[in-house]
Amino acid sequence: MNSVKEFVNRNIRQYGMIFALVVIMIFFGFMTGGKLIWPRNVSMLVKQNAYVLILAIGMMFCILTGGNVDLSVGSLVALVSAMSGLMATTLGLPSGLAILISIITGLLAGIWQGFWIAYVRVPPFITTLAGMLVFRGVNNIILNGQTLPLSDLYVTIGTGSVPDIAPNTVPDFLRIGDLLQLQNKPEYLNMTMLIVGLTLSVIYVLFVIFNRKSKQMRGYEVPSLSSVIVKVASFFIVINIFAYWLAMDDGLPIMLILLAALYAIYTFIATKTIPGRHIYAMGGNIKAAELSGVNTKKMMFLVYSNMGLLAGVAGVVTAGRLMASSPNVGANFELDAIGACFIGGASAYGGVGTIWGAVVGAFIMGVMNNGMSIMGLNVFLQSVAKGMVVLLAVAFDMYSKSKSRLG
Amino acid sequence: MSEYILEMQNITKEFPGVTALSNVTFKVKKGEIHALVGENGAGKSTLMNVLSGIYPFGSYTGDIIYRGNDCRFKNIRDSEAAGIAIIHQELALSPFMTIAENIFMGNERAKNKVINWDETNKEAVALMKKVGLNERYNTLIKNIGVGKQQLVEIAKALSKNCELLILDEPTAALNDEDSNHLLELLKTLNREHGLTCIMISHKLHEVIKIANSITVLRDGKTIETLDNTEPVSEGRIIKGMVGRELTDRFPKHTPNIGEVGFEIRDWVVHDPLNEERVVINNVNMYFRKGEIVGLAGLMGAGRTELAMSVFGKAYGKRISGTLVKDGKEITLNNIGQAIDNGIAYVTEDRKTAGLVHIQDIKTNITLANLKAITKGFVVNEDEEMIVGKDYRARFDIKSSSVFQKAGNLSGGNQQKVVLSKWIFAAPDVLILDEPTRGIDVGAKYEIYKIILELADSGKCVIMISSELPEILGITDRLYIINEGRVVGEMQTSEANQEDIMSIIIRSSAGR
Repeated sequence: MNSVKEFVNRNIRQYGMIFALVVIMIFFGFMTGGKLIWPRNVSMLVKQNAYVLILAIGMMFCILTGGNVDLSVGSLVALVSAMSGLMATTLGLPSGLAILISIITGLLAGIWQGFWIAYVRVPPFITTLAGMLVFRGVNNIILNGQTLPLSDLYVTIGTGSVPDIAPNTVPDFLRIGDLLQLQNKPEYLNMTMLIVGLTLSVIYVLFVIFNRKSKQMRGYEVPSLSSVIVKVASFFIVINIFAYWLAMDDGLPIMLILLAALYAIYTFIATKTIPGRHIYAMGGNIKAAELSGVNTKKMMFLVYSNMGLLAGVAGVVTAGRLMASSPNVGANFELDAIGACFIGGASAYGGVGTIWGAVVGAFIMGVMNNGMSIMGLNVFLQSVAKGMVVLLAVAFDMYSKSKSRLG
Repeated sequence: MSEYILEMQNITKEFPGVTALSNVTFKVKKGEIHALVGENGAGKSTLMNVLSGIYPFGSYTGDIIYRGNDCRFKNIRDSEAAGIAIIHQELALSPFMTIAENIFMGNERAKNKVINWDETNKEAVALMKKVGLNERYNTLIKNIGVGKQQLVEIAKALSKNCELLILDEPTAALNDEDSNHLLELLKTLNREHGLTCIMISHKLHEVIKIANSITVLRDGKTIETLDNTEPVSEGRIIKGMVGRELTDRFPKHTPNIGEVGFEIRDWVVHDPLNEERVVINNVNMYFRKGEIVGLAGLMGAGRTELAMSVFGKAYGKRISGTLVKDGKEITLNNIGQAIDNGIAYVTEDRKTAGLVHIQDIKTNITLANLKAITKGFVVNEDEEMIVGKDYRARFDIKSSSVFQKAGNLSGGNQQKVVLSKWIFAAPDVLILDEPTRGIDVGAKYEIYKIILELADSGKCVIMISSELPEILGITDRLYIINEGRVVGEMQTSEANQEDIMSIIIRSSAGR
């Protein structure tokens, strides 16, 4: 009993966020007459908000180093998108090469900023403010204020799905929509998506079981069996419902694979590797971290270089979704990403925050954007609503922290 | 009205997982200086925070009766309005503002929200005179020393017409001269203005010198209140604090000294802010395995600068000289290299540079040697858990679990976490900078035992301390440092305080 309580206490922030996401989804689901959770819209939501998620992952590391942010990512997305247009359309390079060059452009921009921040000690706020102006300017120089259409590969990454390996082979007993007679035409279900969902969830379950066993054998402490079962079972169900949902639309969006991969890689880096631990330590107390052998300059450099890399990925993705390079793309993206991190529980002073939090925060931002658009809410009101949510999320965080201290 | 100005009765205060105070009763007579002593974590600061309203009414149980009234303070303002002022260990002054501005901060001399500067400065000068602060009222706080800053804090408290002044470790950061001045001032204020004082202190000789009564807390309980009209002995107080007679302040130990493990040769370091200035001037030292070597000297003698410059050039510019470990010359260009080469440095500045306060005990312990629990790219958190539990048990780190945040530990336990971190880093040369500063006698004894254990395991231990009795009590050999130079070396068994001080003074005069 005590251990459950301790576990909940330690993870309350995470569950609180999921709870908030669910409440917001129900709210907008209700306000949009169910349109928000239509399979088509869920699929759209993922593709439309991929940029926030990708940028939020990078931004989380910046914030972790000590409450620093990167203001330049919106402009960098624009610059990368312009590079894409230049390479793929104006110069006519193969799409794959153009994408590679575009992403490397993002990385180089990140290295550039990382250099000034880490080794010249220009404060990140100022370095990236300068970057914001510079990158936007370069975008306009390249594009000369014009919009360039983009080639097919970009569009596929931005909006495409994995082809159905075996169309129309889903057995009838899985066609819940037909059984319930929800539609008057036979329901479409994408076999690939169902298989991927099931396979991943089974692998996950096996992994957890195997991992727990092997830990027990080596004499490490393991969480109680009941808590593991609850966690695994709910994950299994959620994944498969989500897969089923997307299967009713186009199936597995390519974007989703990219997002899942980025999430997995960066969660691994943040929680399981030495550089990840060093970033948390320096955010908690930079002096203590330095005296414990953390190379804080190098960490700062890597974090901002990585932010550039991810902005490069986000730039390609955004260009693909818009099917064009344009001069105005990426405006306010940095604010969406920063907002997502703070909604997701990052501390404004650094040292606290998770990649998982950034992802949930990005989805909260995304659901709000999407829900309010479907409702046809005035753009300015949307902006007011988003601002208020960021403010209240951090206010709640501060409140709960002060409570726990007085406890 | 009773003779007591303050009666705290049956105070109980709980934190998640810990009972910090349990049924504490604490009574202070009007017009006395009352010392509150106890080991770290005994609940002294918590008790004072309850009294001053930092922990508001409702978050504790029990009664506070101040001047005959039942008080329910919701915050510091309430307690200040009642005439209680608290001066914390960390001074609450704004460095870029003047002395006068700081004295009246939050209590401005103003009419209709407009500050009357003439009035402010005039009153500030009067208050400064009262506390014996010989500075101009418009000097910036950052330009005066800690001792004088402490006086500004007292002036600030007096400006609020306080009748009960609480001082939390007022002399911890002061040198002997400033400490004496402060204690004299408290006596004067007490005698001439009837100011009642509660003083938390670890320095028992000071307590005995100025307190009228001494209350001892242990593990969140009141143990006893001693009448100090006839001075009691340190041993008597310590007995109450630790629950047993502490006959030896230093553990008994027979050193087992091996060959030379580490050498510093021709070491020269320049000031990073002023590269012409030589901070460490041609220092030569050697350290043998299993030997504890003390670095004695006055504050500012350059001991910390020497240690940090050796530790991967963490301090200083234009560093020259050689470091030799196990007969081989080594180059340490950054802290990472120093750690990899088996050098560890435990900072004197535990609060701001020793720990990551928002992280838990186990994470702090592994920070300097994550490699040891990493396979490939993966940090093994299960291994970390085992390490954390192991050190927590081995050094008796008082905490609810290894998940407790380092920032919530008492000073002695924080120091144990810092030491655990460096012991886990498995160094061959361990430099300890003021390892027992701000730590009570009981915990000091435990820290000494750890240090001796380390020496016995064959490490070179270098200990910097400003407390000469400590250096004499625990080291095997010592260097005397003054003005960045080694001015003496002796076997500890042949050394005494007077000799060391006279060597320091002679070396200063000889220049």
